[in-house]
Amino acid sequence: MRVLLMGNPNVGKSALFTRITGTNAVVSNYAGTTVGFTRGSMKLGDEEVEVIDVPGTYSLEPTSKAEEVAAKMVDAGGIIVNVVDATNLERNLYLTLELLEKGVPLVVALNMWDDTRHRGITVDIAKLERLLGVSVVPTVAVSGQGIKELVEHIPGARSPKPAPRTRDERWAAVGGIVSEAQTLAHRHHTWLERLQDASLKPGTGIPIAILTLTASFFAVRGVGEGIIRYVTDPLFNKLWEPVMMRLSDALGGSGFWHDVLVGRLLDGTLDFEQSMGVLTTGLYIEFAIVLPYILIFYLVLGLMEDIGYLPRLAVLLDSVMHRLGMHGYAIIPSMLGMGCAVPALMATRILESKRERFIVATLISIAIPCAAAQAMIFGLVGAEGWQYVLLVFGVLFAVWLTLGFVLNLAVKGFSPELLIEIPPYRLPSLRGVVTKLWLRVWGFLKEALPIIMGAIFVVSVLYSLGVFDAIANFTAPLVSGIFGLPKEAVVAIIIGFMRKDIAIGMLAPLGLSAGQLVVGCVVLTMFFPCVAAFVVLAKELGFKKLLAAMAIMIVSTIIVGGLLNLVL
Amino acid sequence: MTEKKKISICHLRQGQSGRVIEILGGHSIAERLNSMGIRPDKNITKVSSSFMRGPVTISVDRCQIAIGYGMAQKVMVEVI
Repeated sequence: MRVLLMGNPNVGKSALFTRITGTNAVVSNYAGTTVGFTRGSMKLGDEEVEVIDVPGTYSLEPTSKAEEVAAKMVDAGGIIVNVVDATNLERNLYLTLELLEKGVPLVVALNMWDDTRHRGITVDIAKLERLLGVSVVPTVAVSGQGIKELVEHIPGARSPKPAPRTRDERWAAVGGIVSEAQTLAHRHHTWLERLQDASLKPGTGIPIAILTLTASFFAVRGVGEGIIRYVTDPLFNKLWEPVMMRLSDALGGSGFWHDVLVGRLLDGTLDFEQSMGVLTTGLYIEFAIVLPYILIFYLVLGLMEDIGYLPRLAVLLDSVMHRLGMHGYAIIPSMLGMGCAVPALMATRILESKRERFIVATLISIAIPCAAAQAMIFGLVGAEGWQYVLLVFGVLFAVWLTLGFVLNLAVKGFSPELLIEIPPYRLPSLRGVVTKLWLRVWGFLKEALPIIMGAIFVVSVLYSLGVFDAIANFTAPLVSGIFGLPKEAVVAIIIGFMRKDIAIGMLAPLGLSAGQLVVGCVVLTMFFPCVAAFVVLAKELGFKKLLAAMAIMIVSTIIVGGLLNLVL
Repeated sequence: MTEKKKISICHLRQGQSGRVIEILGGHSIAERLNSMGIRPDKNITKVSSSFMRGPVTISVDRCQIAIGYGMAQKVMVEVI
C-alpha cells in the first residue's frame, strides 16, 4: 500500500511528510523545492507503508514537468492525503475535485489551520466533509497538531466518485463549496503584511534587498570569523597540535607516512594550513575554516527560505535576470549554489526550459563559488585585507552578469515567463530551522570529509613521486604567462578538480602577492567545478551540452584570468 | 449597453481592482493562469507595478501571484 501526499506547492506537504514518516525532507517556504519526489515510510497499524511526497501541483493537467510526474503517480495507485492550504481554499480545492473525479481514496489534511484565525477565515469542517464526501482533518504540520488524527483517518479513506466535469464546471463547483463552507471576515493590514508588500514593491523592495544581502554578507563573514577565532582555532592549536606533534615524533619526523599523515613541518613546528597531512591540513581545513562558514551560511539561507523572502527577491531581480537569459526564479538554484553546487545543479530542474537550465547550470559552475571555496577565500585573501575579498567576489559577480548576458544572446531557445505564488511571510519554527540546518551541515560533512582526506592523500603521494613537478613544468607557460602565477600553482588548479577549498588552500605556501591571490582564487573558482558537482552537471546537461559548458569554462577562465593579471 | 473599457493588468494602478474578462493569446497561457486561479469573472487587485518591464503582482482570493510582464500584458480586465 502506498500513501501519496499531494497538493499545491507551498502548502506544507514536506513538513507533513517529515511529521508522519519521521524521516527528514528539506522544508522551505517557496514553490518548487520538491521536484524530485521524496520517499519514506510509516507505520499504519501493523503494516509498514510507503509514503511519497509528490511534487506540488496546481492541477493534474500537464502544464509543467512537476504536474506530469504528479499525474503519473496518481495513476500508479495509492491512498491520497490531499494537503490543502486552509487559508487558500478556493484554489486548493480545484486539485481536490480533480483527484476525487479520478475515483482514488482520499483524505483531506486542512493544513496551516492556525493561520486561518489570524486572517479572519472560518471554515466549517463538518460542512466541508459533507460537500466533498471525504474526511477533512485540520492540521498544523509545523507544530504537529492534528497529525495523529490524520493518520487514523487514512485507512478508512473514501472515494466518492463524482461525475467528470469540464474545467469551468469544476471551478463553479469549487465556488459553490467555498461559499457554503467558508466565511471571511474583514481585518486590517498587520505589520507583517505591510512588510510583505514593502519587500515586493521596487521602490522599497530594492533597498530592503540590498540591506538584507549586505547584512547577510557581513553576518556570514563576521560570525564565521568569530567561530574560527574563538572556537575552532583554539581547539586545534591547544588540543590537536600536541597530539599531532607526538605522532610526528613517533613517526620519526619525516618519511612517507609521516608526510602523508602529519605533513611537512616548517622549522620543526606544525602549520596546519601548509603541512598537507591528512590528519592535520585535512581535518583543519574542513573543521576549522570551512565548517564555521557553512554553518552560518546555511542558517541565513534557511531563514530566508522559510520566512518566504526568496520569491520576492526573484520578482525584484526578474527583469535584470531576463537580460541574462534566465527568469527571476533562477535566483533560487543560483543562491543554493553559494552553499554547494551539487544541490544547486539538481535544483535547476525546477526551471522550465532546457535553455534556461543550461544557462543557469553553466553560470553556477563558473561564477558561483561554493561555501567551502568562499570560506577559504575569506580566510586566505582576507588576511591581505577585506577589499581584496570584495574584489574576488566582485569579479565573480561581474563574470556572472557578463557571461549570462552573452549566453542569453548566443543560446537558442526561449525562457518562459515568471508565474509564481508569493507566499505570506511566516515566522519559521525553531525546530524546522534547526532540523534543516542540521541536515544540510551533516550532509556537507558526510560528503566532503572523505573527499578532502582523499584529496590530501593523493596530493601527498603525488608530491613524493614528483608528478606535480613534471606537470608544473609542462604547463608553466600558460600558468605564468597568462595568469601571472608561479608554475607551482598548477597543482592547485589540478586539485580544484577534487575540492575547491583544498585547492585554494594550496595557494597559501606559494607566497603570492595580494593581486596574485585574487587572480588565483578567481581562476580556481571559474575553471571546472569539483568532481561531485561535475558528475551532477553531466547528469543534468547530457554529454553534448556538457562539452559546450566545459568549452565555455575554459575560454572564460583564460580571458578573465588573463585580464585580471594585466590589471592587477 | 455601453461597453466597459478592457485594459491589461499592467495598466491597472496599484491598489485598483479589476474583473478578469479574457486572456489573450494561446491555449497554454490560459491554462497556466487558470490553474493558479486567474480566469474570467475572477476579481483581482493589483499589488505592485512592474519595474523595468518586470513581473506584475496581483492578489487573487487573498493570495499573491507574480506574473511575468509578457504574460501580464495578455490578462485583460474591466476596472471595478
